[in-house]
Amino acid sequence: MTEQTSTASSAATAPGRTMIKLEGLGKQYPKEPKPAVDNLTLEIPEGEIVILVGPSGCGKTTTMKMINRIIEPTSGRIILDGEDVTKADPDQLRRKIGYVIQQIGLFPHMTIAQNIATVPKLLGWDAKKIDARIDELLQTVSMAPETYRNRYPKQLSGGQRQRVGVARALSGDPAVMLMDEPFGAIDPITRDRLQNEFLRLQAEVRKTIVFVTHDIDEAIKMGDRIAILQEGSRIAQYDTPEQILTAPANDFVADFIGRGASLKRLNLSRVRDIQLSQWPTVQLGEQPSRVLDVLRASDKGFALVLDEQRKPRRWVSAPDLQRDENRPLDQIGLAPEAIVEPQATLNDALNELITANYSVAIVVNASGEYQGIVDIDSITEAIRTMRTDARARARVGLDEDDTVDEAAQVGR
Amino acid sequence: MTSSAAPGAPDLAAAPQAPIAPVRRERRSVGSYVFMPIFLALVCAGLYLYVSNQELDTIEQRALNAGNITAALLEHLRLTAISTVLVILIAIPLGVLLTRPFTGSYRGVLLTLANIGQAVPTIGLLALMGVGALSFIDIDIGVTAAIIALVAYAVLPVLRNTMVGLQQVDESILEAGRGMGIGKFGVLSRIELPLSVPIILAGVRTALVINVGTATLAAYINAGGLGRIIVAGLSTNRITVQITGALLTAVLALLIDYLAGIAEDVLRPKGL
Ligand SMILES: Nc1ncnc2c1ncn2[C@@H]1O[C@H](COP(=O)(O)OP(=O)(O)OP(=O)(O)O)[C@@H](O)[C@H]1O
Ligand SMILES: [Mg+2]
Repeated sequence: MTEQTSTASSAATAPGRTMIKLEGLGKQYPKEPKPAVDNLTLEIPEGEIVILVGPSGCGKTTTMKMINRIIEPTSGRIILDGEDVTKADPDQLRRKIGYVIQQIGLFPHMTIAQNIATVPKLLGWDAKKIDARIDELLQTVSMAPETYRNRYPKQLSGGQRQRVGVARALSGDPAVMLMDEPFGAIDPITRDRLQNEFLRLQAEVRKTIVFVTHDIDEAIKMGDRIAILQEGSRIAQYDTPEQILTAPANDFVADFIGRGASLKRLNLSRVRDIQLSQWPTVQLGEQPSRVLDVLRASDKGFALVLDEQRKPRRWVSAPDLQRDENRPLDQIGLAPEAIVEPQATLNDALNELITANYSVAIVVNASGEYQGIVDIDSITEAIRTMRTDARARARVGLDEDDTVDEAAQVGR
Repeated sequence: MTSSAAPGAPDLAAAPQAPIAPVRRERRSVGSYVFMPIFLALVCAGLYLYVSNQELDTIEQRALNAGNITAALLEHLRLTAISTVLVILIAIPLGVLLTRPFTGSYRGVLLTLANIGQAVPTIGLLALMGVGALSFIDIDIGVTAAIIALVAYAVLPVLRNTMVGLQQVDESILEAGRGMGIGKFGVLSRIELPLSVPIILAGVRTALVINVGTATLAAYINAGGLGRIIVAGLSTNRITVQITGALLTAVLALLIDYLAGIAEDVLRPKGL
């Protein structure tokens, strides 16, 4: 048990160099009874997406806007890349920080190219470099430069505008990006696509990103680290998505995650991370009697027919074979459905297998070769493992810390 | 805080209610570009035919010869142009100032002052008359007085439209601008003003039309203009002269409105 604990805790991603450090940051709006942000201390590691999530009015936006001083803090310090910027020239500061807001705020009287060129111009780049940068960024956000360069924002769809908003925020190649509900005003399907695109982009550019949302699912999907905030921007828990789902620090976090934490957790692990089940397989062209032998030797009731390239071709059962004794194997039984690749999340696999024949998903590699099967049992097993790991990790604090937190006290 | 006259225009604090010069959203058709000049040319031609078919007595001849009409027209245009330029120079910067956060407390007072010029036109007229009495000594005093009255009268639409124009700019666009590190002045000159151009121009156009019309009254204080012809017609009881003066004023007003409309179309930023 202790051994498992130590491996589990070291497996949790170790934070890198701190990029943004908020020290006792506070914001008291005039004439408000309570501060909107109350003495917040938070370290944001370089190259990670840190999500600020919490109920409406808890101070997420205020916190984020203090980082680029759109809102001036009333107390505390902001350290950016080792430098205290609490009193720095805000315009200079902002040119180094990409900024994306929910309403996007493209300049309607400027073309897409002019919109993207805003910060590079402020930074004094020469025209050639700016032009090249515009094209590069449009390509990065999957918009053909020739088509979109000279359009005006009103000639774009909502999703395209959001992409341009991201491109514009990246234009000065800032190390840090602030994003306030960037996908909040977009329909769910487009949002999903933009989120995936953004994650792919982030894997390349590795910016330090502070991302505000009130949607816990988005937080889990997008975040390397999540800060769950309570009223006054007080941190209820600041941890990786895995930890937050498996070991909520207190009732507030548990409530905020809501029911179905186990199901949400399925978004975090991938098919390649779990033990696949092995079902009986046979080669295309095998003698029916041999197939029956294979079926008899297994308790599954079905065998998967593979072709020469080991690609799944057919599901066959004993009754199928007996009914059509003389037909080739790939013309009896059922076509294979629910085929997933190893990088699919367990959630994807679960969605697939629920509607598929025999309630299984077939795992194939990138060239389509059969790897194994995900069935309900493998998913339940994965959930069980995650839970054990989480409990083990949660106990680490108990062994190391003298300060026993509330949750643990209740547990005794 | 009362809701202001224009929908979506927040916080025209304590502004007296007066209509805001409307902005036409859609571009006009080719037909509407061509119609107005043709119509005005026809009116002028008709007027010319009518006048040249009349038996004119010496008084009428003196009032309606080409030299006199041209001079009156030029005086009129000068009054209009100078007063409109002054209106723009006063009202737009004032409108900018009054929409900055630090002028919040003066906003109501200044708008009320500006409103007096238009809402109580007789005051403007009285001032015009009073100072105008002096103008028989020196014609320049008359012109100056007329211009002051015209400016007082036409400042409000431009001021109001400038303020509404600046205030209707979407807050999120400004925030995006500031968030990228464009300075305060840059945000004003590169974002706020361009985005307010259509509404400000609509105000300028209204001011122009007001000035063309009101400049007719300048004749009463010996400051010239097309009003001179109408006044001459009235005082000598010559109906032809009256009609000519009135029609020319109307044609000029329509023509200037037409040209201002084209300017609005041309100057409106693309992409809006
Ligand atoms: N300009 C302001 N003046 C006074 N109070 C403000 C101002 N802006 C925000 N607040 C208050 O500060 C608190 C935090 O607001 P904030 O906008 O940061 O919340 P949020 O977490 O972003 O909420 P949401 O999810 O609704 O966007 C709220 O109680 C809000 O009413
Ligand atoms: Mg918010």
